[in-house]
Amino acid sequence: MGIADWIEIGRMDELGRMDTPAHRLDARAKAIVTLVFIGVVMSFPLHEISALTPFLLYPVALISLGRIPARYILKKILVAAPFALVIGIFNPLMDRQPVATIGSFVVTGGWVSFVSIMFRFVLTVGAALALVACTGMYRLGAGLEQLGVPRVFVMQLLFLYRYLFVVADEGVKMMRGVELRSDGTRALRLRVYGSLIGHLLLRSMDRAERVYRAMVARGFDGEIRVLRRSWFRWSDWGFVCGCLAFFLAARMWNLANGLGLLLTGIVP
Amino acid sequence: MHMADALISPTVGGMLWAVSGGLIAFCARKVKRTLRDNLVPMMGVLGAFIFAAQMINFSIPGTGSSGHLSGGLILTILLGPYAAFLVIASVLTVQAFFFADGGLLALGCNIFNLGFFPAFIAYPLIYRVIAKDQHGTPRAWVAAMVAAVVGLQLGAFSVVLETKASGISELPFGTFVLMMLPIHLAIGVVEGLATAAVVSFVARARPEALRTAPSAGASVSLRPVVIGLAITAVVMGGLVSWFASTHPDGLEWSISKVTGKEELSGSEAGVHKNLADLQKKTAFLPDYGFKATEAESAPAEHAAPEPEPWPAVNAGTSISGIVGGLMTLALVCLVGFALKARSIQRAHGND
Repeated sequence: MGIADWIEIGRMDELGRMDTPAHRLDARAKAIVTLVFIGVVMSFPLHEISALTPFLLYPVALISLGRIPARYILKKILVAAPFALVIGIFNPLMDRQPVATIGSFVVTGGWVSFVSIMFRFVLTVGAALALVACTGMYRLGAGLEQLGVPRVFVMQLLFLYRYLFVVADEGVKMMRGVELRSDGTRALRLRVYGSLIGHLLLRSMDRAERVYRAMVARGFDGEIRVLRRSWFRWSDWGFVCGCLAFFLAARMWNLANGLGLLLTGIVP
Repeated sequence: MHMADALISPTVGGMLWAVSGGLIAFCARKVKRTLRDNLVPMMGVLGAFIFAAQMINFSIPGTGSSGHLSGGLILTILLGPYAAFLVIASVLTVQAFFFADGGLLALGCNIFNLGFFPAFIAYPLIYRVIAKDQHGTPRAWVAAMVAAVVGLQLGAFSVVLETKASGISELPFGTFVLMMLPIHLAIGVVEGLATAAVVSFVARARPEALRTAPSAGASVSLRPVVIGLAITAVVMGGLVSWFASTHPDGLEWSISKVTGKEELSGSEAGVHKNLADLQKKTAFLPDYGFKATEAESAPAEHAAPEPEPWPAVNAGTSISGIVGGLMTLALVCLVGFALKARSIQRAHGND
């Protein structure tokens, strides 16, 4: 994790605070629909590709309605890709069963499933990022709590999120100090590392203590109160029902194939 | 070793969501009961600390490379297992939300792999036993190394099991194990070194900070360990049998369609079969169907039947599939642009 990543979190936070049709949807609605989306996408058989294409509509619609820059989301997807890529690339190596030929080029089952894995990766990661970018951490936290996630855990998430920037700042300052005093090597000797990180830890703990006292002085009783909207509006219901109906339809029928049949005129 | 959504089946993901969710609820109850008020901000700050600590690298002695703390063990040493498990879970959640580091469906798996093992196995059963609360001594260094290595090995092994049970990656079990375990042996050693270095510094600089953890007398109950392992065992057994008995399993099934052969050679079928047999012998819910436990498992139900008979090698179908797929992608892009344009127009209209 570099310093650039922190700026990225800040960007995500900004995006999450915008006010657009996608942001105005209830956090619970978006969270549930996104989870269902990921579940449905991953429930397709191993070698499916064309039937998955209609599902791209969901993240794209969310990103567009939320006015999230698509380039930003794409960049994040690319950065996250290596794990899926490393594991997925073994499919073409293991499964060499030819399944089709395009001209003289033989397509093996492994390549088909590899493409399927990578496409699913784009879909699932895209949907998750779109959810966060269109909701923001605080609304998401409130929504999670209403969905029954234990309070202590939601508070932990919100506290963590709030302190992230603060502690990161300390870390960045320390690294700057190290860089100024060293000959450009960024990796530290273990002993130095131990005391540096140890100091960061102690400083963070002191800060937690100070923040805690300040909070108690202002009436903190062990619970963070988050602003929440308890009712579902019509638009939320519409969003949930519409999306679920679409997922169901796209799961039952291969919509892309249908479109293709229509276009190639094989359908009578 | 954050797992991605694209390699996990909804069944495996949903099951581990249930397991990790249960553990979170359990730990949340424990933390609430033993709550010293300042534990809440302390947990939040330490979670943030783990993020910051991951920015800073140290050079690994004797090699040219460098490594950093990943944090599970040190959190447990500082906070005790229950609070630490919640902190690890929150760190992983934020990583999934903001860095797409590990997906949402895979979040349950990741929390289990990276949280359960350090908090409930490596710390209570190894670190505390060896270190005996003598932080900063050579004894504690050994303890940290062993605990970190064991914790990460168990985590890496369960990554392999979960990926295998999902049946999406075709990496053979043996190769995958041989790939994951040595890498995580190295990562474990690095983690152990980093943990021990930081803990021994804190032990020298401010020993009382290490007493944030529950006092030596308050031993950790084995209950979450037993419960967690039992649930996982049942889940894994159930999964494997589900794949092994109903369909031969996605991969074997599709291959048998292609080749006309029923069996796939190799260890995988053997493992499936053995585990399935074992599961049949020990099953207490013989006709255990997959019941939706969470909202996200619902799709698995209406999704389960009617897999397309792929690959039906029929030129017409494949061409229409390709054409249709491309057209759909183009359409989706168009819709996206239109929605965005409209959304921006509306926003300007409102101003």
